Amino acid sequence: MKTLTSSLLALGAAAALSMGVATTAQADDPIKAAFVYVGPVSDHGWSYAHDQARLAMEAELGDMVETTFLESVPEGADAVRALERLARTDHDIIFATSFGYMESVMEVAERFPDVAFEHATGYLSAENFANYNGHFYEGRYVLGKIAGLETEANTIGYIASYAIPEVISGINAFMLGAQSVNPDVEVKIIWVNTWYDPPREAEAANALIDQGADILVQHTDSTAMLQTAQERGVRGFGNDSDMGAFAPEAQLTAIVNNWAPYYIERVRAVADGSWETGSAMGSMESGMVQMAPFANMSDETRAVAEETMAGIIAGEVHPFTGPIFNQAGEEIVADGEVAPLDMILGMNFYIQGIDDAYPN
Amino acid sequence: MLLEGILVTIVGAATPIVLAAIGELVVERSGVLNLGVEGMMIMGAVVAFGVALGTGNPYLGVVAGALAGVGMSLLFGFFTVYLASNQVATGLALTLLGLGLAGLIGESFVGTPGVKLEAITIPLLASIPFIGPALFDRDILVYLSFAIVACVAYILFRTRVGLILRATGENAEAAHALGRDVRLIRMAAVAFGGACAGLGGAYLSLVLTAQWTEGMTAGRGWIALAIVVFATWLPWRALVGAYLFGGVIILQLHAQAFGIRVPPQAMTMLPYLATIIALVVLSRNQALMRRNTPAALGRAFVPDR
Repeated sequence: MKTLTSSLLALGAAAALSMGVATTAQADDPIKAAFVYVGPVSDHGWSYAHDQARLAMEAELGDMVETTFLESVPEGADAVRALERLARTDHDIIFATSFGYMESVMEVAERFPDVAFEHATGYLSAENFANYNGHFYEGRYVLGKIAGLETEANTIGYIASYAIPEVISGINAFMLGAQSVNPDVEVKIIWVNTWYDPPREAEAANALIDQGADILVQHTDSTAMLQTAQERGVRGFGNDSDMGAFAPEAQLTAIVNNWAPYYIERVRAVADGSWETGSAMGSMESGMVQMAPFANMSDETRAVAEETMAGIIAGEVHPFTGPIFNQAGEEIVADGEVAPLDMILGMNFYIQGIDDAYPN
Repeated sequence: MLLEGILVTIVGAATPIVLAAIGELVVERSGVLNLGVEGMMIMGAVVAFGVALGTGNPYLGVVAGALAGVGMSLLFGFFTVYLASNQVATGLALTLLGLGLAGLIGESFVGTPGVKLEAITIPLLASIPFIGPALFDRDILVYLSFAIVACVAYILFRTRVGLILRATGENAEAAHALGRDVRLIRMAAVAFGGACAGLGGAYLSLVLTAQWTEGMTAGRGWIALAIVVFATWLPWRALVGAYLFGGVIILQLHAQAFGIRVPPQAMTMLPYLATIIALVVLSRNQALMRRNTPAALGRAFVPDR
């Protein structure tokens, strides 16, 4: 076994070295922008959406920018190595696009004060380290409304990745939406502890369907859940990008992440010297949180979904509007008030009506 | 109904691991350690997907997936068996090569729904409650996985061919002295292992999820490797190990959906832990363990004449 163990370690190191690098576009003195993705760009989910934005940014800025990306970079020590390598190779701005990179970005940003670091979905920042995120829970609230109206079994299956605030607030926003139209709705949650493992996501989807769920939601990155839903004759929602092509009869809609405007803005800022640190928040209103076309649902549901979206965009509807109770029945947000942003971004409790223990 | 559903998905989770493990078991019984299972599996997955998509025939995909595994394994065999290169290093290189090459080949398949390998229902047997739908209303690869395990168990321990193969893995010099072509035997075993790993990969991209995604094997090749060791190189035990692993994976998903809450990290760890513990307990007989471990495992053989 000794050889096997040391071999596995060697493989890890070798895998880190072999992470693919791709460079495109040239100009006299372009801004060098780098992207680090947690999954393959071909996941058709999270990393795919970031890469689409990278391409859109390249198309928009042309010769002004030269981009590099590293895909499937594991969170942890490998991320530190990847970021360091990018910082050393004269990149002006580096986008790290997964929550789990946060500490790694902090570590590397301290050592390279002249490089601008950008981290998606985290909360740390520094002089040369900005973070950006989207109010994706707005989209999940709309999904909740649709699911609440469309479910016949009153049972929703939810495939979650990691118990981080972003995923927790997504589950809560979803349930608030569902409860607002269907007080009897129940949710079954499976944590798969991965962002991306298509066969595992399919197995989780099967388990949820076997336990009676007729609408599936995912906070993972592949299309496997929707494909399974289509095969088994239930419906569900795509995540991060429009996954309708994989499950034309099963996809109700999908939350589509549009990072392009932000990337264009930030790279422009580096070019004209105006870049500074900050915490940016995209939303449905700013266009970062979009929805794929509504399909496979009744006209009434569609109308409710469209109305909810319009309300969120106009600022009239906020998913986390009180009264909101936690599982113990304590009032967390008072009637008529809106949860403070800090609470949403650091959410660490389930709302009332989620019949499941909170994962620690 | 629920129990049936659980059994059906357990078979689905276990089959790719059974296929990869039984192939590697034969390879290791011949004295060769091929750590490239993950690489052969993923090549099997991408080639099977591509051929099934191109021809519209998933069975051609299955054959192509197996051949892709064979191709990869022959490359490995050429270096380790004929050029006597280090098996561990070559195996790891094969995994890296497979993962990269599969990504490259599969680039154009991304985002394309695939062709699914349909189930072949066995009349009567399929209507047995509980186990019928799980075992007798399945695709050809599930049936094949059982058939291969049975054949391997029979051939290894009940036939002359099996005896020669095991002799090669025990003591290559002695087998050579008896006039056996050690390198040819090892090449054949390596190729068989490649075919099985390729089939395991094909199962992922043609049955479990009819799609191609980069890195979709997600470590299943490594699980198969570990199961071979913990099963002390015994075919039926490897089958049990793979089913145990698949079973715990599916049961922990169901436990979660039922609202039985242990930390998700512990849940994810559970299949690995349970499989290792069970197989270690099964294999606690030291004498049996020693008898079953191929003594020449991982050692290159160079005939002196």
